[in-house]
Amino acid sequence: MNSKNRNNHIILCVKDLKKYFPIRRGFLQKISGWVKAVDGVSFEIERGKTMGLVGESGCGKTTVARLILKLLALDQGKIIYQGLDISGFSEKEMRPHRKEIQIVFQDPFGSLNPRMTVGQSVEEGLRILGIKSHTMRKARLEKLMEMVGMSPDSTDRYPHEFSGGQRQRIGIARALSVEPSFIICDEPISALDVSIQAQIINLLKDLQDQLGLSYLFISHDLNVVGYLCNTIAVMYMGQVMEYASAEEIFDNPHHPYTQSLLAAIPDSGPGKKLEPTLLKEDAFDSSAALQGCKYRSMCSIEAPRCRKEQVLFEKIGEGHFARCWKAMKK
Amino acid sequence: MNLNETTVTKDFHLEEPLAPKQTRLEEFWLLFGQNRLAIMGLLIFILFFCCAIAGLFLTSGSKPIFDPSLIRLEEKLRPPFSKPNLDLLEPNQVPTLNFYLMGTDDLGRDVFARMLQGAWVSLTVGFVAVGISVLIGIFMGGIAGYFGQHYIKIDHILWTLFLVSGTGLVLLDVTLSGAALLLLCLAYIVYVVLTRHRSRKKAHSSWRAMLHTNAVSVDTLIMRIVDIMLCFPSFFLILTVVAILPASIYNIMIVIGLTSWMGTTRFVRAEFLSLREQDFVAAAKALGIGNFRIIFRHMMPNAVAPVLVSATIGIASAILTEAGLSFLGFGVPPPNATWGNILSGGKNFIFDAPWLTFIPGITILIVVLSFNLFGEGLRDALNPKLRERH
Ligand SMILES: Nc1ncnc2c1ncn2[C@@H]1O[C@H](COP(=O)(O)OP(=O)(O)OP(=O)(O)O)[C@@H](O)[C@H]1O
Ligand code: SF4
Ligand SMILES: [Mg+2]
Repeated sequence: MNSKNRNNHIILCVKDLKKYFPIRRGFLQKISGWVKAVDGVSFEIERGKTMGLVGESGCGKTTVARLILKLLALDQGKIIYQGLDISGFSEKEMRPHRKEIQIVFQDPFGSLNPRMTVGQSVEEGLRILGIKSHTMRKARLEKLMEMVGMSPDSTDRYPHEFSGGQRQRIGIARALSVEPSFIICDEPISALDVSIQAQIINLLKDLQDQLGLSYLFISHDLNVVGYLCNTIAVMYMGQVMEYASAEEIFDNPHHPYTQSLLAAIPDSGPGKKLEPTLLKEDAFDSSAALQGCKYRSMCSIEAPRCRKEQVLFEKIGEGHFARCWKAMKK
Repeated sequence: MNLNETTVTKDFHLEEPLAPKQTRLEEFWLLFGQNRLAIMGLLIFILFFCCAIAGLFLTSGSKPIFDPSLIRLEEKLRPPFSKPNLDLLEPNQVPTLNFYLMGTDDLGRDVFARMLQGAWVSLTVGFVAVGISVLIGIFMGGIAGYFGQHYIKIDHILWTLFLVSGTGLVLLDVTLSGAALLLLCLAYIVYVVLTRHRSRKKAHSSWRAMLHTNAVSVDTLIMRIVDIMLCFPSFFLILTVVAILPASIYNIMIVIGLTSWMGTTRFVRAEFLSLREQDFVAAAKALGIGNFRIIFRHMMPNAVAPVLVSATIGIASAILTEAGLSFLGFGVPPPNATWGNILSGGKNFIFDAPWLTFIPGITILIVVLSFNLFGEGLRDALNPKLRERH
């Protein structure tokens, strides 16, 4: 595939994204350190496909989502959406492109405005699309509600009258209201019952088939991601550790972290469970994190080299990238 | 992608909402109705409102039904419910009800008529002063909460300073230097606008770079102003200002309003800070909705509940402040009656004519108390976190 054709094919490309949050302490609020929430995230998403972003809680997945949506200013890196570099865009420049990328949130209770009816919330998007006539908006609204499997008469109800799964459907309807081509799903099912999780997953799949949507699907559950996604990026402490197609990740994982995640999936055997201490490693200690591999304190095959040198995110196979010395040597 | 061309696959039934349909208002009434004291407060509030409106119509005009300023020197200090001595009065001096419902004062004026007139004064002072303070509070709090992270640069401060001092000098008739300052300011703004495009790309020279350094964040600035304003004991601040300004009811409203917006600012800022991080606001931003609409359509309705509560209680304290000012003689000038100056006039006759003290005093007490009870009932019913307690 030549490069131009290939670029056309990629809806979103993220290169070495970085976002550090300052930690302020004391009376004068002096900056005493940095939380490296996102510290080197690169991936590509093909048009009409789904990419999974997995990682434990607090590894910076939501921050990546907010960076892509430009709700947060990024410190470094590039976001290229449909061949357009939006990383330097100001709020004003971004506004006309906003409707292209939408998000579905994790928490179904916080994602809808409690003082607006469900219809009003979804209609906001139709206004943005520039549909002036009230009757046309109404028709469109009912259509959208039907698409996500909600009865059209629920539009004049308030969010607190719905269950979590229903609110999630409404959140999806709102995201669809501006006719985006790319939707970020930030753990859309992790707050839901198992039975309802499957419904929402199926809804997302159906919508993708019907509308040709591309997804960035964020989750901490490799199982779900494996079922839904074409490619997977595994994140650890703000860095993408491994990025490959779903089959590659499951059949041929190179990074020790990916391996341990796979081993922790319950139905693939009694593999070793991840200890909760995993999170305790000094995420806030910038000097320790400055050099060497971030995963080394958990890694079973750590070598002296892992401590001294910055590990690079390197290509190790066709469409397969990893951030590990050992993986590169293989 | 086009929604119209796609067909809906219905392999599952359409979902219906779970809870029975109940609007927020119904829910609010249900909770509010359980609070007896609050209901009582509301009823007294409505009664007061009606009295005040009636008072306006009954006591104003060239031939009012109840004349609050009609002096009957023969009939001074008559107790409540006493009959007038019809032999001494001219026909137009006979009270409308044919007796003095609340007695007369030291000039023989009908206290009932004066109370009615005072009710309207109290109502307008309360509402207008609180209206002003809430508007300022929402504006300042909204800016601090939503745009708080933006920085004010040194040049902004500089030209605001020029502008303010220039205008001030012109107003104080020092036209020449005032105009010079204004011109300077204008020239500076023009200069900034003209060089805006270039300055982005080119490196700044050192003095321009200094002008562009961030001095203070919007949030810090506004909240420090609030802190400073809160340092003054507000009643004495009002007293000072009122002593300088000519006494009039409008000045009092404005001064009370201008010195009581700090609480609202803090409430609104705190609400905005937490609302700004909520997912539905992020979703609104992601949809491409403008800041203005996000502030007023999405965030404000979620932030008004505490403002409403503090406003209700603020009305009570504004009424109290006005009464206090009038009592001290700084308030609404005579012959207009307010509850405060009826009280103040009555204090000289507290043993001979106690009704002159007790009637306005108890009325103020009841009205202020009812506002406070109503406000607290509102807070309990509007705040979801307190709901479980009932
Ligand atoms: N606005 C902020 N200011 C400071 N630190 C932040 C901010 N937002 C996020 N962080 C920090 O960045 C890190 C990553 O947070 P993020 O919400 O992206 O994690 P996550 O992967 O989405 O976690 P979860 O799975 O629990 O949703 C956390 O350590 C968090 O404390
Ligand atoms: S670089 Fe070293 S420490 Fe890091 S994952 Fe690879 S082997 Fe382990
Ligand atoms: Mg998250």
